[in-house]
Amino acid sequence: MRDLWEWQRRGPRASGHRRDALWLAALVHRLSGLALAAFLPLHFLALALALKGEAAFDGFLRWTANPLVKIAEMGLIFCLSVHVLGGIRILLVESLPWFQGQKQLMAGALLTASLLALLFLVRAA
Amino acid sequence: MNVRLYLLQRGSAAVLLPLVLLHLGVIFYASRRGLSAADILARTRGSLFWGTFYAAFVIAAATHAAIGVRVIAAEWTGLRGLALEVGMWSFGLLLAALGLIAVAAVVLA
Repeated sequence: MRDLWEWQRRGPRASGHRRDALWLAALVHRLSGLALAAFLPLHFLALALALKGEAAFDGFLRWTANPLVKIAEMGLIFCLSVHVLGGIRILLVESLPWFQGQKQLMAGALLTASLLALLFLVRAA
Repeated sequence: MNVRLYLLQRGSAAVLLPLVLLHLGVIFYASRRGLSAADILARTRGSLFWGTFYAAFVIAAATHAAIGVRVIAAEWTGLRGLALEVGMWSFGLLLAALGLIAVAAVVLA
């Protein structure tokens, strides 16, 4: 009710639900999904370079050793991890009765994805 | 999003789940000493397992991404009707086509 009251008083952009952790989880899921969807065509085009021979493919892979590319790849690892972990939470929420600890699961997903992304960067550097 | 698209979205998510986890494992394994065409192609060329794995991955990802982008486009840009349908199908088919070409490139070439 308080949300509705705020919504009526201040308009939808200022309403309380936008400060809720699970609203943030939905936004992170959406933005990470969009980033992955934008990346996929480029990923496929890069792999298709193998059709031009091993040398052409290798030339591209050498370019990916650039530190800036590695940082972008770290971002992709974060997006993929956080999207899949957030996706597991969504599938569980929708197929099981409601259970406590949603915000903890979300925090765990963010933390795990951040650690995986950092681990990737450390290994690849 | 209608019921059919909703089920396809959640079904493709369930299919993608183990595929993405294995893919993440391969990414970490493959990046241990830098990426090279020889390493990647030695793993994938002529492999029925990786060919099937990546082909299924491409189809599930194209389905999941096209429906997901459709939902976001409808909510954030207000796109409706035919434009939304054409957008979803175009993006999904583009992803599927590019993805299957990529799979063929690393498995068959």
